[in-house]
Amino acid sequence: MQLKGVRKSFDKLVVIEGMDLEIAAGEFIAILGPSGCGKSTLLRMLARLAEPDSGSIAIQPEERFQTAFVFQDAHLLPWRSVLDNAALPLELMGAAPETRYATARAALQQVSLFEAEDRYPAQLSGGMRMRVSLARALVTQPRLLLLDEPFAALDEITRFRLDIQLRELWRTRGITVVFVTHSISEAAFLANRAVVLAKRGGRIKLDRHLDLPVERNDELRMDPRLGQEMKVLLGAMEEES
Amino acid sequence: MRRLRSMIPALIPLVVVTAAAELAVRYGLVKSYLVPAPSSVLRAMIESREELLGALLTTSASALAGFVLSTVMGIAIAVFLSSSRAIQRAFYPYAVFFQTVPIIAIAPLLVIWFGYGMRTVVASAFVVSIFPVIANTLSGILSTEPALRDLFRLYGASTPVTLWKLRFPAALPQILTGLRVASGLAVIGAIVGEFIGGQGLGSVIDVARTQQRVDKVFAAVLLASVLGLALFGLINLLSYVTLRRWHASEQL
Repeated sequence: MQLKGVRKSFDKLVVIEGMDLEIAAGEFIAILGPSGCGKSTLLRMLARLAEPDSGSIAIQPEERFQTAFVFQDAHLLPWRSVLDNAALPLELMGAAPETRYATARAALQQVSLFEAEDRYPAQLSGGMRMRVSLARALVTQPRLLLLDEPFAALDEITRFRLDIQLRELWRTRGITVVFVTHSISEAAFLANRAVVLAKRGGRIKLDRHLDLPVERNDELRMDPRLGQEMKVLLGAMEEES
Repeated sequence: MRRLRSMIPALIPLVVVTAAAELAVRYGLVKSYLVPAPSSVLRAMIESREELLGALLTTSASALAGFVLSTVMGIAIAVFLSSSRAIQRAFYPYAVFFQTVPIIAIAPLLVIWFGYGMRTVVASAFVVSIFPVIANTLSGILSTEPALRDLFRLYGASTPVTLWKLRFPAALPQILTGLRVASGLAVIGAIVGEFIGGQGLGSVIDVARTQQRVDKVFAAVLLASVLGLALFGLINLLSYVTLRRWHASEQL
């Protein structure tokens, strides 16, 4: 995936200007930056939900439905059961009921929510809702998973668990993950590469390969190497705030 | 049992006001040709039960027909208006017309157009009750969360599919609010229509008024309110059935 000279503005406000960024297949990349720096806009452009004003975004492969998006909140349809929510993308793409329910059940199992399939979003905790949202993103077997501060509203314990689950999904499925966050610790813990955006114009302030083990677990959270990486990211972020 | 007990607070004012009215009329504090004693309203209701029951059925049929018509048309118009900003700008002001039209003034016109009888009454109920359906449905459809619209776009959902599977269910709580308001208005519209050009409770009220039968006027008005309450209850039931699993308004 390659972005070249991408520019995007809303009315007169230029959010992103002259952005060049290359993301290799199978990468786990975290995008960090202060509020309003264009993180979400970048993600929407990668999902083809918004077009850049100028510049180009080349995505390989160019097939439809290869991209999945996880939003800041779970954004489930409250009138649908967990299973029907997870199966929604396949339903919209026109898959037969047996196929879509079988796939949705498998996805729910992956996020350990199999037994909750008949419940409604109002009956779930915030963490469970977010897991349904993850399952919904996974049912189409995406090659590219885009996440927009997905765990920001959750308590820390739930967030730690979901971090590990997400990392596992990335490892087992070999997908490309672009994870937008404003949490330095989360970015450092999850990603293999972190990109810090400047406050204005979406300039890339820092693009760093994180030198941490492939296996990420709770022990790593106490590891000085993680602290070291966080310090570097923090330095770049602080210059921007 | 809990439901019954929850009705007690609403019954207290009813009992108190009825008793007070009865006493006030009996002791001559209020003239009985201005406000009838509740007991004489009850008597009028029993004496004229066949006439009143027939009138109630006629009014119910017209109000219900007008209400169903404004539900169907109102939702259809709202869907049409929601299709683009330009269409909204062009047509919404004319939808507001229904809200501002003085029904009592155009009821005679309705008689000229539709003749005496049920058609005029249904038209009157329709004109009065359609606006809240349009306004609430439109606002519900337009306030669908942008992230969910993105989600549907991401998976290539067409506009009709998005409308049916996302916008419409998301708007349902607001649509039902519109229907609640419309149900009461439909009864009012039917009564007004009957005043001018029809049978039913409206015409009973009109005739009893000219005969100075205040007790019978009250009896008919009471039945009209009961009809309004019944329609309202029907919408509440519909709301409970459709929303109980997922919307805060129907959860304890």
